[in-house]
Amino acid sequence: MSVEVWTYLLVGLTFALYIYIGYASRVRETAGFYVAGRGVPAIANGAATAADWMSAASFISMAGLISFMGYDGAVYLMGWTGGYVLLALLLAPYLRKYGKYTVPDFIGDRYYSHTARAVAAIATIFISLTYVAGQMRGVGIVFSRFLQVDIATGVIIGVAVVAFFAVLGGMKGITWTQVAQYTVLIIAYLIPAIAIANILTGNPVPQLAFTFSDLVARLNQIQVDLGFTEYTKPFQGKPMIDILAITLALMVGTAGLPHVIIRFYTVPDVRSARYSAGWALLFIALLYTTAPAVAAFARYNLISTLNGKSLEEVRQIDWVAKWEKTKLLAFVDKDGDGKVTVAPGRAFALKGGKPDFNTPDEKSKNEVHIDNDIIVLSTPEVAKLSPFVIALVAAGGLAAALSTAAGLLLAMSSAISHDIYYRIFRPTATEAQRLLAGRIVILLAVILAGYFGVNPPGFVAQVVAFAFGLAAASLFPAILLGIFDKRMNREGAIAGILVGLIFTATMIGMMRAPQIFGAPAPVIPNLWGISAEGIGVVGMILNFVVAYVVSRITPPPPEHIQHLVEDIRIPKGAGQAADH
Amino acid sequence: MSNLEGYWKANTSLIRNLLIIWALVSYVFGILLVEPLNSIRLGGLPLGFWFAQQGSIYVFVVLIFYYAWKMDQLDRQYGVHE
Repeated sequence: MSVEVWTYLLVGLTFALYIYIGYASRVRETAGFYVAGRGVPAIANGAATAADWMSAASFISMAGLISFMGYDGAVYLMGWTGGYVLLALLLAPYLRKYGKYTVPDFIGDRYYSHTARAVAAIATIFISLTYVAGQMRGVGIVFSRFLQVDIATGVIIGVAVVAFFAVLGGMKGITWTQVAQYTVLIIAYLIPAIAIANILTGNPVPQLAFTFSDLVARLNQIQVDLGFTEYTKPFQGKPMIDILAITLALMVGTAGLPHVIIRFYTVPDVRSARYSAGWALLFIALLYTTAPAVAAFARYNLISTLNGKSLEEVRQIDWVAKWEKTKLLAFVDKDGDGKVTVAPGRAFALKGGKPDFNTPDEKSKNEVHIDNDIIVLSTPEVAKLSPFVIALVAAGGLAAALSTAAGLLLAMSSAISHDIYYRIFRPTATEAQRLLAGRIVILLAVILAGYFGVNPPGFVAQVVAFAFGLAAASLFPAILLGIFDKRMNREGAIAGILVGLIFTATMIGMMRAPQIFGAPAPVIPNLWGISAEGIGVVGMILNFVVAYVVSRITPPPPEHIQHLVEDIRIPKGAGQAADH
Repeated sequence: MSNLEGYWKANTSLIRNLLIIWALVSYVFGILLVEPLNSIRLGGLPLGFWFAQQGSIYVFVVLIFYYAWKMDQLDRQYGVHE
């Protein structure tokens, strides 16, 4: 069977499975809709969290990004895993003990303030919305690349599937489909990685092949011969201070992302919250320790396959021909010798942030344009795997995009329907009204996300830094202080959140002015060497300092709040709290 | 109450110790000391690079499971388990 038939078959089968699971786990009460009835076992929540967390970008683009960044790609590897240590030790067990449904729930109650609740809800909506648009786009791109349907049709199919299981099953439906999606995506990621590790090094375990074979040493040598620096050499693209700041911002941002935090409300008790963070990171680490191996293998393979060969010969390779058609791979013969030269710099000049394939970049000798995404997408073909595996990668990419989109949509809609509608405006709403509100809002959110997927605002890719920066500078400090500082009060927390948010948003706006506002140049390129991606760390520190100072010069929180803090610090009683 | 204070103290000092290891493998070995560590090899990889792209992640996983296991013991010792 051809790749296309296999792809239709596998994508169709997996979608049918997700829809079936959504139908089988449909819910009738708000506890099921928002927190899956708190009945999710630790290991299942770990798998669901891993799928929730690993997006289309983790699955399709991350290995490619690392492949081009070399050592500096470690900011994503450490940054997007280290946050789980913070979650497991500092946040998840206490938030689970506290119970309730959302992040704004905790912040609003702990700081006895609807202002704090509203600010947290708006931050949640904003963070999730910037993130979800990219996911729906990812769904469209996978459809268009593998099935030759246009992006809009792909997005509409994706929207329909997510809408079905999210509206019907809420968090319960989302959780169990995410468990299935994790299984699909990790198998789809590991099979090609194992195959290419085995072909290039003779060792089928990618992590071991990466560490113990001489492949990376050979790659370093090739890079030096071609005029690049060594692959493993640190701080080539970013200074050390920026690597430190970005890694910390991504870790803290991860721990503060609402769609990740709410997953820990779904387990039965505090103990399960701790273990499920461990399972989540173990499941994530399977992909995140494989990705740098794939990155190095693919880079080695691409350079050694392409460099110095004649263009004619190279174009006869199946995958080269296929990906050249999609412009993920493009050649230009700058020196007219009929041979491909790989060198530092760009093959084509940039126009509006994208390569302009009609204008070779004469500043560089490089004659090959390689898109980041090709690293993962082409691996099965490079490793000469069967069409079945190529189709599986498409299904895996879709699983990664859909599972993350569903989690984000639930976080966003619970902030609107639970925190804003029910807690602030209609505390008298009945159970049935609240459930209906939840379903309507999630349906609207899916449609909005689909709209952004079809008509992506130009700045989407640029504002992902916003999501992490804002989570790091606003939600993380407020939750942490709420648990570990009994004396922290309403005034301190709100002042801290506002200072953190405004500082971070202003800084990112100034540093990314060309992409966001169309300005000719950034207002400031960086702050002491820290770029927009890492600036959330400075916002976080400001938040902590302001919150501390303000809380110490204003009255302490009321007695019942201090008792609440004492209560969330001990695991006992989380099961009963679930019944409220 | 002193019982619960003891529990909280034991918990926070455990968290502190584990976060020191967390920072050591990522920020110190993986970033600050990456260049000197790169002169040592682990298999085919420079050691600092290995910490940045592999080792720190393995340590993170171990830290979380160790914390969960250790807290099981503390919960029982202080009688605050579910």
